[in-house]
Amino acid sequence: MNEEQAPPAPPAAIDAVSLRHPWRWAGAVVLIGLVGLFLYGAATNPAYGWATYRKYLFDQRVSEAAWNTLQLTFWAMLLGLVLGVIIAVMRLSPNPILSTVSWLYLWIFRGTPVYVQLVFWGLFPTIYQKIQVGVPFGPTFFQLNLRELSISFILAIVGLGLNEAAYMAEIIRAGVSSVPEGQLEASTALGMSWWMTMRRVVLPQAMRVIIPPTGNELISMLKTTSLVTAVPYTLELYTRTRDISAVIFEPIPLLLVAATWYLAITSVLMVGQYYLERYFSRGVSRRLTTKQLEALAEAQTGAKEGHL
Amino acid sequence: MTSPARPMVQAQQVCKDFGALSVLKGVTLSVDRGQVLVLVGPSGSGKSTFLRCINHLEAVSAGRLYVDGDLVGYRESHGKLYEMPARDAARQRRDVGMVFQHFNLFPHRTALENITEAPVQVKRTKKFLATKRARDLLEQVGLSEKADAYPAQLSGGQQQRVAIARALAMEPKLMLFDEPTSALDPELVGEVLGVMKKLAAEGMTMIVVTHEMGFAREVADELVFLDGGVVVESGPPRQVLGSPRHSRTREFLSKVM
Repeated sequence: MNEEQAPPAPPAAIDAVSLRHPWRWAGAVVLIGLVGLFLYGAATNPAYGWATYRKYLFDQRVSEAAWNTLQLTFWAMLLGLVLGVIIAVMRLSPNPILSTVSWLYLWIFRGTPVYVQLVFWGLFPTIYQKIQVGVPFGPTFFQLNLRELSISFILAIVGLGLNEAAYMAEIIRAGVSSVPEGQLEASTALGMSWWMTMRRVVLPQAMRVIIPPTGNELISMLKTTSLVTAVPYTLELYTRTRDISAVIFEPIPLLLVAATWYLAITSVLMVGQYYLERYFSRGVSRRLTTKQLEALAEAQTGAKEGHL
Repeated sequence: MTSPARPMVQAQQVCKDFGALSVLKGVTLSVDRGQVLVLVGPSGSGKSTFLRCINHLEAVSAGRLYVDGDLVGYRESHGKLYEMPARDAARQRRDVGMVFQHFNLFPHRTALENITEAPVQVKRTKKFLATKRARDLLEQVGLSEKADAYPAQLSGGQQQRVAIARALAMEPKLMLFDEPTSALDPELVGEVLGVMKKLAAEGMTMIVVTHEMGFAREVADELVFLDGGVVVESGPPRQVLGSPRHSRTREFLSKVM
């Protein structure tokens, strides 16, 4: 090293008085006061029927109904997701037949209310009494008699899932469109096929845009399951608690029971969404993770020591 | 059928129209194996379009374009042209590497994964072989220690060097560079040009669209000046840059040098 002036002493770290926010504190106090008043009122108001609430919150019929609701949500969402990806990919594909079919699907399933669709699926066994596999006007190889099966659970899933697919397809299409064109060009230039580009390059990047609204859809699906009474399927959370309340003439506590279960399930789903979002946002930020920062700091001090 | 005399790229009267707008109006040129051709010209002159035609990112409207003796994007039989199925066009592109102005690295994959992606997915190379080769390539472009960094954590110059390594991983016989340094800060241009010079010295056939006249003078075997969709002037870089014959070339050079 050449002769250099001794470096000046490093400046002291800043120790400033942080900004005060008195109005935030005032607002918080007022709000807590109001909430306290409401809670006091609710606890002392007999109309809420808290004893009944406690009695039925973990009633076996209710927890079974919650489980049915979860199953409906899961299968309908899975159907919606898979079908949604297929419809979105069809819509974007260069093949005009596929894109027209997908457009027709969206037109029908987004254009009619889900309740109407569910009633329709409930009537499906009346319209199509048998499913036959065979040659039209010729011999039959296989036959399924729909009227003899109790398939309202399946029909509820199909009804919810097909409707959901239309919305998921639009969400996925928006996500795919958000990926810059350069990504497609780079993949094409590397000799990747259209489908491979979708699968390996475009869809993983689109996930970041797709996941937040999909989380919304999932939560919305959980609540939409309360409509399947239209099929009619009656063993899910809302219809079950309503049926119980009709017998004991106490609608309010059982509504609160249903609301509590919905809220609990939604909260769990939100935690899952947080972790999914974190996973698919990798590579987006320039900000380094704690681990990477530590490695860099180590390299820095290591280099300094090497110089000395 | 391989003869050493056959040029790597041969363009015969290549035209490209976008609707009513004609961008290329009959470009004829050829690039021999191991040669470096530098394309210069004002913006809108059709340089990038020509480059994109070579690997069929754009389809040629008229004329013929051959890479290593194969017609690009079409099959010719009994004087008739047949559009190539997407699968065959993809196979042709594998052998042509392309480097873009805006790098276009895959942001959700690390530097190393960017490089192994195409060999593993397209060529079905074994993962460990592709990884080994990717590490070699990263070392060649001087980025060994950045293997696990995501593109967003790299500088522009580093990203472009990863992009070059990614293209080289497919073992192309021809490399296309579309203004590889135009999006870079001035102090980062040198590191990318350095990698390209090394590549040229190793005998890679290259077509480079650039505004770096120093690079053209030093590395190019041939310099082509494109304007208005036609080749205005071409020749050894010293001659074209030193004593341009055409007034349009002189005018352009006076602006960029």
